[in-house]
Amino acid sequence: MKLYIRATGNISPQNTFGQSSLSGDIIEYNTNRLRSIEPDYSKLIDVKLIRRMSRIIKMGVAAGLQCLQEAGVSNPDAIITGTAYGCLEDTGVFLQKMVQNKEEMLTPTAFIQSTHNTIGAQIALLLKCNGYNNTFVHRGFSFESALLDAMMLLEEQEVTNVLVGGVDEITDYSFGITNRFGLFKKKISSNLDLFSTASKGSIAGEGAAFFLLKMQSSDHDYAVLESMHTFYKPADNKEIQDTIQTFLNGLSLSMNDIDIVLCGRNGDVNGDRIYDHLNGTTFDGTSVVHYKHLCGEYPTSTGFALWLASGIVKIGSVPDAIQRSSKKPVKRILIYNHYEMIHHSLMLVSAC
Amino acid sequence: MSENVYIAGIGVISAIGSGVNDTLESLEKHQAGIGAITTVDTIHKERLPVGEVKHSNAELAGLTGLPESMSRTALLSMIAAKEAYDDARLNEMARFRIGFVSANTVGGMDKTEDFFSPFLSNPASGGRLRNVVHHECGSVTEVVADQLGVKDFVTTISTACSSSANSIFFGARLIKHEKLDIVIAGGTDALTKFTINGFNTLQILDEQPCTPFDENRRGLNLGEGAGYIVLMSERAVRELGKDCYCSLSGYSNANDAHHQTASSPNGQGSYLAMKNALKQAGLQISDIDYINLHGTGTANNDISEGTAIQRLFDPNYPRMSSTKSFTGHTLGASGGIEAVFAALAIRYGIVYPNLRLTTRMEALPFTPEKNFLKNQQIKHVLSNSFGFGGNCSSLIFSTV
Repeated sequence: MKLYIRATGNISPQNTFGQSSLSGDIIEYNTNRLRSIEPDYSKLIDVKLIRRMSRIIKMGVAAGLQCLQEAGVSNPDAIITGTAYGCLEDTGVFLQKMVQNKEEMLTPTAFIQSTHNTIGAQIALLLKCNGYNNTFVHRGFSFESALLDAMMLLEEQEVTNVLVGGVDEITDYSFGITNRFGLFKKKISSNLDLFSTASKGSIAGEGAAFFLLKMQSSDHDYAVLESMHTFYKPADNKEIQDTIQTFLNGLSLSMNDIDIVLCGRNGDVNGDRIYDHLNGTTFDGTSVVHYKHLCGEYPTSTGFALWLASGIVKIGSVPDAIQRSSKKPVKRILIYNHYEMIHHSLMLVSAC
Repeated sequence: MSENVYIAGIGVISAIGSGVNDTLESLEKHQAGIGAITTVDTIHKERLPVGEVKHSNAELAGLTGLPESMSRTALLSMIAAKEAYDDARLNEMARFRIGFVSANTVGGMDKTEDFFSPFLSNPASGGRLRNVVHHECGSVTEVVADQLGVKDFVTTISTACSSSANSIFFGARLIKHEKLDIVIAGGTDALTKFTINGFNTLQILDEQPCTPFDENRRGLNLGEGAGYIVLMSERAVRELGKDCYCSLSGYSNANDAHHQTASSPNGQGSYLAMKNALKQAGLQISDIDYINLHGTGTANNDISEGTAIQRLFDPNYPRMSSTKSFTGHTLGASGGIEAVFAALAIRYGIVYPNLRLTTRMEALPFTPEKNFLKNQQIKHVLSNSFGFGGNCSSLIFSTV
């Protein structure tokens, strides 16, 4: 079943907010932590509310509202979000106060906002939207699960449009802890060098990417989301290759039909071996490009990838930021990502 | 799209017992599981009663084969999910596509709490990393999926107190869309200092055993546990060759869109969830034989839910009760635990008592059931789960 991406909203470490595609210069970072560039929220959210919201809630709500605004939809039929870590800042604030004040003198705000479904709930509250509202919190499948829910809802024909997004934030606490697990490179001179530094770990990222999906096409659609598939802990490279093949077969396509593959390569020597293997096998002969030097690594980064792919097929060519000197027309993109070699996902995006 | 989704297995652990048999016995004997806090090291120990599972982590680890250092959220999940798995004989169903859709609200927070104090004193090396490995909600799910050997599909939902009603609902849709043949769906939550203190700041905790739907109710008691049901497609049920408990005939989710934590006075979200679940099941209000209430015991929830029921059912009210008077409010586990209660109500023709109810709510024209009723004809059960963020879900279980 084909679904149309009618509008998008993306807050990321690049200048993506309010943009339909990646354009202009890439923002360069000299650290292993990429921060989202936050817009002027007061254009979308009441100033009184902004003051109460933590960063992830502002990012998620603003990206969602911007997407709806672009689509001209005042009240979506359903709101579905994916977030692996949820509202980490509020969680950290409440935990810290609980530990330091020895459970005394606590206030409810951080606790209330730490709930994982706060972003979806806040969007519903602002819009007075009584429709279906769900939140998935499954690590590298969070955004994909939300997308699957949205696709099934539209197929059930109970709704005509769904607002779906993936959101995650890094906080000082979470960055400190994940760094201790060795998830990020100790040193990196530039995010632009991410794929040429052969070392362990990636760079930390974050962002909020929302999409308005519809069953019916319009003159203003970005792209068609043809299909999406997730697979968990594949046994070996062969299982990954077979799954990609089966995914394409299911759409009556072969790799020859794919103009570019957008891969989740993240600079980690261990995880990138999977992409290396595919480049020499399944993806051999197809143009392969990457996106995590732009947004960093985080569990819902495939939201950024879907935004990027939607913009590319809308314009019809790949921006210099991800592939220089290619002006071949692009009509069909396969997105393949794995998160920590555990959560693998495939999406097929094509031009309308 | 496949038509019906059946419930072929159930598993539960809560303050009133480990396993379906223990649980049923407690329900029949009116034995609540509400008591003093013993497993969580908190200053509120003496003051706030809770519905605690009567096993230490070491005991739960012994029962599950998981390490004792594991988050209690995963240990509880494993006990109930394994019971449901065995009940539906899933070890014989390997040729089918099996998924695990779980839910929880704070993941491995019990262990993160242990980590956080030493971490704050020394961020560079304080605290044992193994204590934050399962902080994420999804990580808790994967511990259990891996232990059960389920890998065709895993995901986790977190919508506060309606989390596991939504995981059941999502699991059923995965089967209807023929993405999977079998889904183990439900949820888990362990008591943590984080949630005890969080709810305490909201001033909605009862310092005595809670009295849902009583005029003089004072608030809720937190609880812990896990509940799972095994959902199956018609084709898988035929192969299994076993009687199912019931079918999941209706489900709906709506948002109250009123306030981040409080429910609207007219219960709009819960009204829509119940009404649309009935519509989806193709049932009339008169078809519902029993409502398992969300019934937390807070002033706000019970009047809002009661008003929504009045708007929908007046003047023909089915029997209803809040089993949170037994288990406490188990948050992300409650929809799963109460789905197990619904399946049992249909199989054995029973209605559960709403404990400690003495004074009917003046604003409502109905009284929940106070006795354990046997030999009832229970064909359709409506189960409500409402959460923060206005998240309202209703499920309908029907006899097959």
